[in-house]
Amino acid sequence: MTTDTTTSQAPARDTVLDATGVTMRFGGLTAVSDVDLTVGGGEIVGLIGPNGAGKTTFFNCLTGLYIPTEGTVSYRGKVLPHRSHLVTQAGIARTFQNIRLFPNMTVLENVLVGRHTRTKEGLVAALLRGPRFKKAERESEDRAMELLEFTGLAAKRDHIARNLPYGEQRKLEIARALASDPGLLLLDEPTAGMNPQETRATQDLVFAIRDQGTAVLVIEHDMRFIFNLCDRVAVLVQGRKLVEGTPAVVQGDERVIAAYLGTPFEGEPGEEELAEVEAAEAHSTARTEGDDTA
Amino acid sequence: MTMTTTDTTRATAPATAPGALPLPAGAARAATAAGAVLTFASTFLAWTWTGAFPGNLTVTGYPGGLQVLTLTGALLTTLFLLAGHGIRGLRWLTPGGTNSPVVLLALGTAAVTWYAAGAIAFTLGGLVNLEPGGWLAAAASLLTAVAALGLPADTPADPEHPPTDPWQRLRHSLRAPAPARARTLPSWAEILLIAAAFAVALYVFTYGIATEYGELFVGFLLLTLLAVPALAKAGLLRRVTALTAKHRNVSITAAFVAAAAFPFLQSDNEFTSIAVNILIFATVALGLNVVVGLAGLLDLGYVAFLGVGAYTAALVSGSPFSTIGVHFPFWAAVLTGAAVSLVFGVLIGAPTLRLRGDYLAIVTLGFGEIFRIGMQNLDGISGPSVTNGSTGVPQIPDLELLGYNFGEPHTLLGFEFTRSANYFWLMLIITVVVVSVFRRSDTSRIGRAWVAIREDETAARAMGINAFRLKLMAFALGATLAGLAGTVQAHTVSSIDPEQYKFVEAVPPNSAFLLAAVILGGMGTVGGPLIGAALLYLIPAKLQFIGEYQLLLFGIALVLLMRFRPEGLVADRRKQLEFHETGQLDVPDTDGDTPGKPGLSKAEA
Repeated sequence: MTTDTTTSQAPARDTVLDATGVTMRFGGLTAVSDVDLTVGGGEIVGLIGPNGAGKTTFFNCLTGLYIPTEGTVSYRGKVLPHRSHLVTQAGIARTFQNIRLFPNMTVLENVLVGRHTRTKEGLVAALLRGPRFKKAERESEDRAMELLEFTGLAAKRDHIARNLPYGEQRKLEIARALASDPGLLLLDEPTAGMNPQETRATQDLVFAIRDQGTAVLVIEHDMRFIFNLCDRVAVLVQGRKLVEGTPAVVQGDERVIAAYLGTPFEGEPGEEELAEVEAAEAHSTARTEGDDTA
Repeated sequence: MTMTTTDTTRATAPATAPGALPLPAGAARAATAAGAVLTFASTFLAWTWTGAFPGNLTVTGYPGGLQVLTLTGALLTTLFLLAGHGIRGLRWLTPGGTNSPVVLLALGTAAVTWYAAGAIAFTLGGLVNLEPGGWLAAAASLLTAVAALGLPADTPADPEHPPTDPWQRLRHSLRAPAPARARTLPSWAEILLIAAAFAVALYVFTYGIATEYGELFVGFLLLTLLAVPALAKAGLLRRVTALTAKHRNVSITAAFVAAAAFPFLQSDNEFTSIAVNILIFATVALGLNVVVGLAGLLDLGYVAFLGVGAYTAALVSGSPFSTIGVHFPFWAAVLTGAAVSLVFGVLIGAPTLRLRGDYLAIVTLGFGEIFRIGMQNLDGISGPSVTNGSTGVPQIPDLELLGYNFGEPHTLLGFEFTRSANYFWLMLIITVVVVSVFRRSDTSRIGRAWVAIREDETAARAMGINAFRLKLMAFALGATLAGLAGTVQAHTVSSIDPEQYKFVEAVPPNSAFLLAAVILGGMGTVGGPLIGAALLYLIPAKLQFIGEYQLLLFGIALVLLMRFRPEGLVADRRKQLEFHETGQLDVPDTDGDTPGKPGLSKAEA
């Protein structure tokens, strides 16, 4: 972990993802406008921005779910086609903001589906069940179990995915994405809805993924999570990239604060009002506590 | 009334919940036993005075027809009651619930008996035609059923929501605990048990198919429909399933042997022709299950692929009415039929499978009709002369394989086998091929990808699955399997015409009934379409008297089934969980609703 903080100062070691001038228009609405972003090998890059800033749209452009109106996305120097399964085959895997597991398949089966691009056995092989098919199935299962161990879900391999608790569904989605042996993992709000312990566990998991040599691009709203985790953070506001830099640079940028917290407006409650509200709250709390003891 | 109910609830609540009727447990048990024995005895009396009602119910001392069914029901009720009471040597019958099977069996017996009494009165024109034996049977079976409803429930009531009204209590009293883990027997004993189970299943099926008149078939259906759930509640079905899962190859062989033995059970093979048709219907339904059950593609014109295979085989069969004067050997005809179906599958699938959702359903519906009308018009008048239009291709010659003529009766082991038995065995081989194709593709990388596409296509694409290619593969495989069955169908029916391949009509196979067999039986399973097809074929074939109401009754039955058992008769593990939230044993129930509400946990965090 410590070694990587030093390498993070020189991000352009070998570029894994290079998105240039990505623009996405839906009719008259420009959701993403001329965004450039690079992710280097072994790097964790964060993408933040207020709701509706175009983060997920940008993700969908990267993974071929949307065809960007303008701009190109390349992975390790090769321009990616606009087909979701080919992007995954090239080496970019993703998770979804609203978990999209295969809800009625088992945990193991979910991860095995993730192995799809890394195995070749077709229908004929499945029908003939030759030794090569069996070997490939066994290897897929071994790799899937390895990933389940890695994410701590091995004990739940035969559970149905929809029955997992929320945090484990998130983990399973990551395990499934990792099953395609990606060079870059895109995480869309991996800690949404998690409690602080789960968030910390996710943070460790992302570090462990990076340590295995997979670069990570992560969208998140939890600022503490992002600033702890990322080597570099890009801020997207209204479809444009506002700032990009180390967590320290981004945290200190006034435009970012304004974008997130908003600029003061007229008639905003002044300090007096705030003090009044606080006093009233303190009073009511004290009274309820008193009631409890009585 | 309410007072007494609450009182009995309180009296028995600590140990067990009461049954559907508030009766003391001991009295209920005694009355059930007495009723069952009395019912049993009544089947030896004459129920009616004349032989005008089918089944010879007039002889005292010799049960016949519907009486046999009542007798079986009463006997089973007694056996399960004794087993539940802990009689040594019978306890293996009830590893799960003890009283709930008795309730179901008593209800089944009463249903059969009352149906018999009603049918006698209706057919012969009045209750006066019932002999005292019939009255006794009706009264005794009613007593059994009422007393059985008073038996305490197998599972303790939920203390927070005790069942209050009689309907809730009935539902609760039918709930049964899962059977305890079975003692491991030596494997030869387990294999014998599997063989016995398949033998019983074969016997029951043969009995049903060989019922000679509609009343007997209705009685059979009533008893089976309540006895099978009774066996499930008793935990026997789960025991058998566990055994078959453990010895899979043995079970598959046993099932195959049981099916192959079917023609041996009839002296004159008269019901084998029904069995061939069931097998054709079931095989095509299983092929459709690849498309609908695994890949989740709704195909409303599937019977057209059966037609493509059948027409291809007919045209190359050397029939004098074939417009192509060629005669392929059977193996070549099978391959040609399957290949032509495959080509049609790809031609229909390629332009439409890129789209999502219901477009495919519309296109396949159209294709089904286009096929039928196309075959009608390729008659040399409206179009080129290929298919003889509505005449079709009659006089398809019988097959001859390695000198074995399928059209002639053969004698084997002292049994005489007719033409339909020959085709039955041939079709059985095709069924086995389709079953193994289904199972092998299901448990492979391809099958997982199909299920993934069905579950969430966007996520499947994001996992690197070429959804279009895999959907096309499923569609083409389904078409090929139907074509394969079609080649045998053409020879079996020996005359084909476009009217056999409609979207919906009274006689299966047709597209609507194929789809119904899959959904009713259970999507994504092997057994489901087989059972569904057997039921959908047998019911109209046996119940001629429902005649023109057949489609109406079929519709009502489908609606009821979808309301009460949406996963179908044979539930796929996945489907069962989809429709019943907390069905899984290895996960605490409370986990079930957490993932459904991410918003809630988000707010809490």
